[in-house]
Amino acid sequence: MIANYGYKDGSGEFFISLDTDKCNGCGDCVSACPAGAFEVRDEDPNDPFRETPVAVIKDSERKKIKYACGPCKPVVDRPPLPCVTACKPGVIAHSW
Amino acid sequence: MTDGELYCYANMRTGSDSPNSAIKAMNWALEGTGLTLDKIQYTVGTGYGRVNVPFSQRAITEIACHGRGAHFMYGPTVRTVLDMGGQDCKAIHIDEKGKVTNFLMNDKCAAGTGRGMEVFADLLGVSINEVGELSLKVEEEPPPVSSTCVVFAKSEASGLLREGWPKEKVIAAYTSAMAHRVVTLLERIGLEPDFAITGGIAKNIGVVSRLEKELGIKALKPIYDTQIAGAVGAALFAKALAEKAK
Repeated sequence: MIANYGYKDGSGEFFISLDTDKCNGCGDCVSACPAGAFEVRDEDPNDPFRETPVAVIKDSERKKIKYACGPCKPVVDRPPLPCVTACKPGVIAHSW
Repeated sequence: MTDGELYCYANMRTGSDSPNSAIKAMNWALEGTGLTLDKIQYTVGTGYGRVNVPFSQRAITEIACHGRGAHFMYGPTVRTVLDMGGQDCKAIHIDEKGKVTNFLMNDKCAAGTGRGMEVFADLLGVSINEVGELSLKVEEEPPPVSSTCVVFAKSEASGLLREGWPKEKVIAAYTSAMAHRVVTLLERIGLEPDFAITGGIAKNIGVVSRLEKELGIKALKPIYDTQIAGAVGAALFAKALAEKAK
């Protein structure tokens, strides 16, 4: 499943998309994210039948993800995002 | 749900005490059926208050439940579900088994939610049940309100009323703005037919017809109360989980 966490408001669309079918729950994203936006849960809240751990964006970060991700996204010369680089199965994508 | 059919349901405002409201709603639903709460083996809580249902064994997000509920209510051909609820708006893509394959939720901004529509119904002094019909009583579609934010859209609408716009024209302007806003959310997850709308706004003919026009696709006609999609999904999950536990 593609889980889009984030929001859309008058200033734009800010979603982090996690491809949970690829996610192995390793937690590399949790340690890579300087803002601590990720967590690994034993149960997927959106899929009651999944039996392996899965990464999600924390509830507390979802409505301010634009600001949580801000420091990793300078306007010019944006370096590769640490979460995207750290994730070996390539689960993570950003909409902005 | 019993044997794959809707058995009984109740729908009420939650208020400030979720656990108590959950019990009240359940008792209300069971009224006259002869069933009692202690005879129910497995209950799944869903929605914003899902962890506050005292008699539930499991909490599952409304995203999974709306997908599953829409699959039951509209049949296995449904691929795209738009849930326009009171507090948020969700676009969900499901597979032929009702499993969620892609979803997006917007619960930061009230534009595109039932709450926004309530604010407008309140401003115009019209019942929430009538705003949909009323918004279609315009000969020509007015330009949509330009403000994205519900609070500013309301100020804008007050201005339009002062300019002498009739109620139906104002509500038409808001309804089309709302429909347009939701379309962009659907585009993110991809609009695959068949398409169905759940939640309270599915009962608003003004929003539904404008959405259909903008998307160029008809929404499946509901045969059940669209506001119970989440609860139906939760009941189906409860059945599956209870069988799995045996």
